[in-house]
Amino acid sequence: MGKVIDVMSLYPKDMNIYGDSGNVLVVLRRLALYGFEPRLHAYNQGDDWPEQVDLILGGGGQDTGQAKITDDLFRRADRLRDLAAGGTPMLMICGMFQLFGEYFETVGGERLDGIGVLGAYTVGQEHRMIGNLVEHSDDFGDIIGYENHSGQTFLREGTLPLGRVDHDGTGNNGEDHTEGARVGNVIGTYMHGSLLPKNPKIADHLIRTAVINRYGEFEPDQTSEQMFELARLDALAEEARKVAATRPR
Amino acid sequence: MMVEKTTENKDAVSGGGTAGNGGNGDAGRTVGARRPWNAGLTPAIGKTVRWASRLLHHGGSAFPGRVVEQIDPGFLARTLGRLPLGVVLVSGTNGKTTTTRMVASMLADLGLKVFTNPTGSNFTRGVVSALLEQVTLGGGLDADIAVLELDEAYAVHFVRQVRPRYALLLNVMRDQLDRFGEIDNTARLLGHVAEATTGTVVLNREDPRIARLAGLSPDGTDVRYFGLSADLRRFFPSDDDMATTVAEEAASVAKGAAQSLGIVEDDGQMGVGQSGGAAPAQSASARHASGSALGDDLLDDDLPDDDLPADVTLIGVGDHHASFAIDGRTADTAVKLEGVYNLYNAAAALAVVRAVQLDARHWAVPMVCGGDGSIFEGRNAQFRELAVKVQYDSALSDRLRHFGYAGSDALFTAVSHVTPAFGRGETITVNGADVQLLLVKNPMGFRLSLGSFPPDGHDTMIVINDEYADGRDMSWLWDVDFTSLRPTGVAMVSGTRAWDMALRLEYDQVKVDQTGTDLESAVARFVKEHPGRPKHIYCTYTAMLRVRAELAKLTDVADAGVGR
Repeated sequence: MGKVIDVMSLYPKDMNIYGDSGNVLVVLRRLALYGFEPRLHAYNQGDDWPEQVDLILGGGGQDTGQAKITDDLFRRADRLRDLAAGGTPMLMICGMFQLFGEYFETVGGERLDGIGVLGAYTVGQEHRMIGNLVEHSDDFGDIIGYENHSGQTFLREGTLPLGRVDHDGTGNNGEDHTEGARVGNVIGTYMHGSLLPKNPKIADHLIRTAVINRYGEFEPDQTSEQMFELARLDALAEEARKVAATRPR
Repeated sequence: MMVEKTTENKDAVSGGGTAGNGGNGDAGRTVGARRPWNAGLTPAIGKTVRWASRLLHHGGSAFPGRVVEQIDPGFLARTLGRLPLGVVLVSGTNGKTTTTRMVASMLADLGLKVFTNPTGSNFTRGVVSALLEQVTLGGGLDADIAVLELDEAYAVHFVRQVRPRYALLLNVMRDQLDRFGEIDNTARLLGHVAEATTGTVVLNREDPRIARLAGLSPDGTDVRYFGLSADLRRFFPSDDDMATTVAEEAASVAKGAAQSLGIVEDDGQMGVGQSGGAAPAQSASARHASGSALGDDLLDDDLPDDDLPADVTLIGVGDHHASFAIDGRTADTAVKLEGVYNLYNAAAALAVVRAVQLDARHWAVPMVCGGDGSIFEGRNAQFRELAVKVQYDSALSDRLRHFGYAGSDALFTAVSHVTPAFGRGETITVNGADVQLLLVKNPMGFRLSLGSFPPDGHDTMIVINDEYADGRDMSWLWDVDFTSLRPTGVAMVSGTRAWDMALRLEYDQVKVDQTGTDLESAVARFVKEHPGRPKHIYCTYTAMLRVRAELAKLTDVADAGVGR
């Protein structure tokens, strides 16, 4: 038996819209292909917190879904902040990205708190930013995805974006050409698509960080079939990226 | 055309409410419609524009509709308002086209004169264009009833102009969220339709977001339901149960069954498969027999109520036959449709046809109304005009009587005559093999199709485009569990997003033989291989149009007809 890696899917019941469960599938499958044993914890509100968590994935939700999980999220906020401070890799998409920020101010001026893991805040607007998007990152190269959000997110000093976008009207707020946020090993982003299938470098970064945190080194224990299958997935992702990058917004 | 559509769409969404909620006005009464001086000329002008635009091969089918909307905004309401039995509006995320076709086909089979909008033109302007084709120069429409399919957002736009006498609301599912926002919002759009309906609202009992709309239907109108027997509900997991690959595999782990992601058991903490909390009610567990337990909050709050009596219940499906329960009696019927999903649409169609029958029976016999006319109070007020018409039109009276008193045998015969709509399980014979075209537009539709058409013994092709009409976002492919295709694999993947689809299948460990973005050559190659072996082609909307065009080069493909 290989080494176990504990993966948490955060609120899959209410925050799983727009195919974000694809990210969970990719992490589990790639972990298995690297020769590890993924253990999935689907954490929904009211569930027990597992003893071990090596990697956390969160997705987008409808407004009703976000409202449902908020209380539980605050109950777990200290733990999440501790894990983030301790270097646990996390990927938070869209709605969970906003909730991991400092606050969300609605169009009506009401202020909803986030848990403040990411130095970012979001202001609601009527206009929705929707469409195919390519952003550029030093660490991950071009990141390919699809954004769909109405909130404008602004980063505090010291919070790095995940990437930079080329055009006004896209990215975090449509103005400063940033997209997403990174603090330590926590990534927040608006990119759906799902994100990880077409951006395996980010998936591997999360996996590698989780494995090193837990076992001190990243040493895959793979069969040649598993290596071949990973190469196949990456070749398919490369083709899909090429097409996606040319599609209209 | 797509750009116009967006504009109108936004208008409909942001506008929100329907025009008033006034209860018992005549069906089809215009809401604030003006009748310009030139209204009498509208049919002639519209027809000329239509003729000219066809001649010039320009503007598409909606162009004449646009011209008429500008010169005579009341045309739609005025023309449809004259129909003796009013308008049946069909809306919902999945199954609109199939169900509209069924309702229209059945009503026509039972002797009524039916106007319906052609496949795909499910927006107001498309309806206007279709009307222009049918109206006489005097503005008359030779029909007893109109059956109209409308996209959720356009339905709101439509009911502001024409209040339907019947509304058939099918379901709300995640579809093209980039267009409507969220499913709760889509449900609100359909709520406006329920509010505007003057006669009978027919609702899907098994979809909580739809069944809940009963509360919005105004006093004096009727609500009827169509439903599923408990054991068929497993084919229709709620959209809130995200039956994704991860959820299904994790559920398998929890049950100790085989799975292939390498997920290890987690001492009962395997949350994806755990519903947690108290055991759900009996029908809920039936519903979840094959689904995951994700999203059980909806069950806690909004369990579809078995106590709601359904007018028509689908209770059994077999190879080209179906069983329904109606009025406490069950009946088997032969059907040309396949797939439990299509047959559930037939239950919906039966329910709305029965509602129309009930009204037709009331007015089938010409009546001399004397006295105080109290019979026309309340809901019946809308039939005053019909009663008058019936008095002077014995042919109409005959049609209504024939239709109104048609028994369930005649209804089932009408059901058995319905053929699948364009691309909704439609079968085309190519090289001696049946090629079945399956339109997929959203995760739930894709899941239902995969469940309805087992892949064994077939070659499978999947064609995914990302044009505006298909939805640009590929995220939805990750919400579909494709593992049922593992045993057979997929022979061909194509469309603009062929590589996205191939990547999706690879992560589900489904073997793909060939992938390529050149749709036409992929289709030609796919149907040429394994002559005589039946085939399934799953395709998105614009992919469907191109697949059909390509197949038409190889064999005789019927035009996208309406009715039967």
